[in-house]
Amino acid sequence: MNIELDFPAVLERWPNFLGGTILTLELAFLATVSGALLGTLAAVGRGAHSRLIARICKIYVEAIRNTPLLVQIFLVYFGLASIGLKLSAFTVAVVALTINVGAYTAEIMRAGFEAIPRGQIEAAEGLALTRFQIYWHIILLPAVEKVYPALTSQFVLLMLASSVCSQISAEELTAVANYVQSDTYRAFETYIIVAVLYILLSLVMRAGFWGLGLVLFPRRRRLGTAL
Amino acid sequence: MQQTSSSTPIVSLRDVQKSFGSLKVLDGVSFTVERGEVLAIIGRSGSGKSTALRCIDRFEKVDGGEISVCGRRVDLPDVDLRALRQDVGIVFQSYNLFPHLTIEQNITLAPCSVKRMGLAEAKALAHKVLAQVGLEEKIHAYPEQLSGGQQQRAAIARSLAMQPKVMLFDEVTSALDPELTGEVLKVIEQLAADGMTMVMVTHEMGFARSIADRIVFMHRGKVHETGPASILTAPTTPELVQFVGTGNLKS
Repeated sequence: MNIELDFPAVLERWPNFLGGTILTLELAFLATVSGALLGTLAAVGRGAHSRLIARICKIYVEAIRNTPLLVQIFLVYFGLASIGLKLSAFTVAVVALTINVGAYTAEIMRAGFEAIPRGQIEAAEGLALTRFQIYWHIILLPAVEKVYPALTSQFVLLMLASSVCSQISAEELTAVANYVQSDTYRAFETYIIVAVLYILLSLVMRAGFWGLGLVLFPRRRRLGTAL
Repeated sequence: MQQTSSSTPIVSLRDVQKSFGSLKVLDGVSFTVERGEVLAIIGRSGSGKSTALRCIDRFEKVDGGEISVCGRRVDLPDVDLRALRQDVGIVFQSYNLFPHLTIEQNITLAPCSVKRMGLAEAKALAHKVLAQVGLEEKIHAYPEQLSGGQQQRAAIARSLAMQPKVMLFDEVTSALDPELTGEVLKVIEQLAADGMTMVMVTHEMGFARSIADRIVFMHRGKVHETGPASILTAPTTPELVQFVGTGNLKS
């Protein structure tokens, strides 16, 4: 067996790879921020006094967790188009990824909320804090801290899963790979390079989350128990 | 606005009923607490004493009877919970300090967010209440860096910072060894000397006898005896005779 690899021919297209990498990072960043927000709201909603709100949040989470990402992307893509909303592939990708990761985040955050001892909440109620203040000051940060590793893995997975957005021709890394390899006829080399770039992106994200953890959880920094 | 004159009690329970499912926990409990008074509730585990205490701060809803706290009917469904809980401080057996906040932040949180106090003022207040419990040097520590006794004293300081009219103590030394228990009891003693109105559920009979103005003995959801500390040495009901006779009186 003889494998001939010609990387220079593919690496000539580095501006394309760079563009795709940056776009993937942008996608991941935007979907992480908005998905974290959406997921947290859905997790709070599942614990709401209102049966209706709790129900809606549960249906959302279950619907997303039980359908493929690609189908969700197409639903958003064609759904928005059918109501006359002409959005760029990038915007559609951000919306779809947000909806997707929001559901997984909701489940993780719910586990975090449930891990807060009841006594913490009673102590806060005893100090006359409002429900919102209790969520904001007492529950949210310790809950995030408890599930931080699961949460950050989910966001890295989201970045990797964003490769599916190549299907609606968002110009992210995998889409770039698809047309570079069809131009150069060097498929294997192209995907090796893309795989390495995805690994680098994962490392960048993990480093970012590590740094964010230092800012979010000063106690761990002080006590030397960093995540 | 002063809602209670010196003649009306700060806390009063009248014929309070409470069940958990089919289990009757409170079966017609009545007692009052006057301003500046220290009331100790004693009794076996499961006698309903903690439930009675928790009803005062409405952590439990009662099924019947009347509870008034600082002139406010706590048993009614429309009670202003947040106003009630600004008047009442509660300290729990398990301290329940907020683990992600420093001791100072634990203390300043409620004054800042509930009373809209400025941060500088709240920090000065934190210093003051920590001095009261002898923990000034731990102001920037996190709860897990403190011993159990220190955590409980910090929790008392956190409650004091809200300047409550009455303090509730729910078996606050039950999780502590005798030495740490001593340092917490000293703080409570000092509060009593300063004139704080207090209701405490306790297993520390010696302490109850030395500090309480009045003792309420509960058994199976009922108040069996109420009176000054001397009821412990001269009990009249068979239940209290048995309770103090089983070695509970050692101090």
